[in-house]
This record gives sequence, structure tokens and C-alpha cells, in this order.
Amino acid sequence: MRYSAEQLERYSRHIILQQIGVEGQERISDARVLIVGAGGLGSPAALYLAAAGVGTIGIVDGDVVDLSNLQRQIAHFSKDVGVAKVVSAAEKMGAINPDVKVITHQLLLCADNIRGVIGDYDFVIDGTDNFPTKFLVNDACVLAGIPFSHGGILRFDGQTMTVLPGETACYRCAFRQPPPPDAVPTCSQAGVLGAIAGMLGTIQAAEALKFATGVGQLLTNTLLSFNALDMNFRRIPLRRQENCPLCGEHPSITELVDYDQAVCAIK
Amino acid sequence: MTEKVEVTAEKNLRGVNCPMNLVYTKVAMAELKSGEVLEIILDDGPPINNVPGSVEKEGHQLLGKKQLADGAWSLLVRKK
Repeated sequence: MRYSAEQLERYSRHIILQQIGVEGQERISDARVLIVGAGGLGSPAALYLAAAGVGTIGIVDGDVVDLSNLQRQIAHFSKDVGVAKVVSAAEKMGAINPDVKVITHQLLLCADNIRGVIGDYDFVIDGTDNFPTKFLVNDACVLAGIPFSHGGILRFDGQTMTVLPGETACYRCAFRQPPPPDAVPTCSQAGVLGAIAGMLGTIQAAEALKFATGVGQLLTNTLLSFNALDMNFRRIPLRRQENCPLCGEHPSITELVDYDQAVCAIK
Repeated sequence: MTEKVEVTAEKNLRGVNCPMNLVYTKVAMAELKSGEVLEIILDDGPPINNVPGSVEKEGHQLLGKKQLADGAWSLLVRKK
């Protein structure tokens, strides 16, 4: 038995679940999940995955905590303003669960460095706040064959889908390329209801735990979209596109590119 | 005269409350092979009222239970 009495108690509510049990919790302990972005989506995902006992959690972010982040980025506290987000998040994750190994990647992901970061993980959570990085994460994960959860929020809206590269629709099957810079405002320009970051980030965390344990059906070939104003949830069916420029039959994208970062919320 | 059941492992869960008694039962069951029998000792009250149903829902077979001299219960379970 790999778990101490204290760990059995910590993970008891998972172990009791018929679909998870001791074996499922062991799979969670063996899982390696990377969270891209320690912001609105990455914060709840990081806290829940740490609480769940995911054995190795990587977290990528190049920013420091800003006062305006605290309205929704719940891994960061008032005392953390000015601290690197990955350092702040890792501190809270370790405080929730010292069993978890947290690897911090304090950098901005780009075409040159993303392969080296994602390669060591078996599932990636995209919690980025800009289209260039979302496409970069999609392309890098599809090319490397690493399953991931896409997620995005703006104003009162959220959307998410899970991608199994080579098997299910990728982000580019649904959205061919990033919108033109400034076509879609960022959270910093348009605003976002803080709590929807938790709604979406925890869906992504649940997908990572389902992937690790093999329980249930992943949110693949489906874009789940919600609007918190009327609390309406919609499932939009997707399928792999033969002419997808990335995962289609004759891909035109065979290497990673950096899109114009003007859309990014660089302060 | 009942058939004699060969018990493979025993788990004394006297003094262990719900739901940790179920957690320890699942840990003990996970270490057995299919068809092997676990004897679990559970306290009277909520433990004997709750654990057998949960074990059965997991697909294991309840072979019987009997109350012991100290009031605790012996539960025999065959692993699915």
C-alpha cells in the first residue's frame, strides 16, 4: 500500500467513489499535468489538481501578480502583488497538499520554448488569456500528441473543449486561425465576471482528472459554451476536419509559429 | 449446517467510523484476487448499517454477517 493512513483520509472522498477507488487515486498520484497560465483559469485548476493529489503539476507563467488579478485569480492573495505568479501559485498548492510536486516554469511560452516545456507532461490545461498562445498550445500539443483542455473566458461567457490529438477535433478544426489583433478584446479591456473563471477552470481540472483516471467521457468533439447572465450551457458538436491545416489529411502547419502578440494583454 | 467459507484476509475496523471504514475495506479488497474472501469486523450502528450496502454496490458478494460477543459485527465479502 503506497498511501499512509493520513493520505487515505485525505483522498477518502475519491477512494469511496466506485469509479475511482484506490486504483484511480493511484493513477491521479502518477499523473503529470501542465497548467499554462497561472491566472483566472489556471488558479482554480492548480488548486483543485493539487488538492486531488496529482503527483506532478507544472505551471507556466511569465507574469507577476497585479492588484487587478485578485478579483478572479484565486491562487493569488493580496500579499502576493508583485510576486511571480508561478511562485505565488506554487506556494498555495504546496500548502493545500504537500504530497504534490510542483514544477514552476517562469517564462512566456513561444514557438521556440514550448516543446521543451510540454514534453514531460501527459495532459495540458490551456488557461491562457490570448489567441496567439491558445493556437500555440493547440499546435504544440497536437504535433507532440499530448491531450489537452482548451479554455477561454470573456465578460460573462466561457468555452472549453478537450482534444485528443489525432483522434478528436482540435482547436483549429473549429477555429482556423487567430482573429485579427483587436477584433476580440482581452479581459483587461472587456472585463470578466470573476466567478466564471472558477466555473471554467474547474471544468478543465475535472477533465484532467477524468483523463488521468480513465473515468467517464471526455469533452471531446464538443465545444461547451456557457453564458452566466442566463446561466445557459450549450454543447456544440464538432468533428475532426479532413482539411484542418494542422491535424487534417494534408496539413499545411508542420512547425510552430508565433502569431502577432498585439492581442496579448501585455501591460 | 452452513458451508465453511475460507477467509483469505481479515480487517479489524473496530472503532473506525464512516466513511473511513469503507475506505479501509476498499483498500483491503484491492489487495485480494477475484473470488477471495475478506472478513471485516465493523462496529454496531452506522458502520454495519452502511458498509455492507456500499460494498455490494461495488459489485462484491456479501456472504453473511454475524454479531460478535462484544457487539461488533463480522462481515464476509467475496471479491468480484
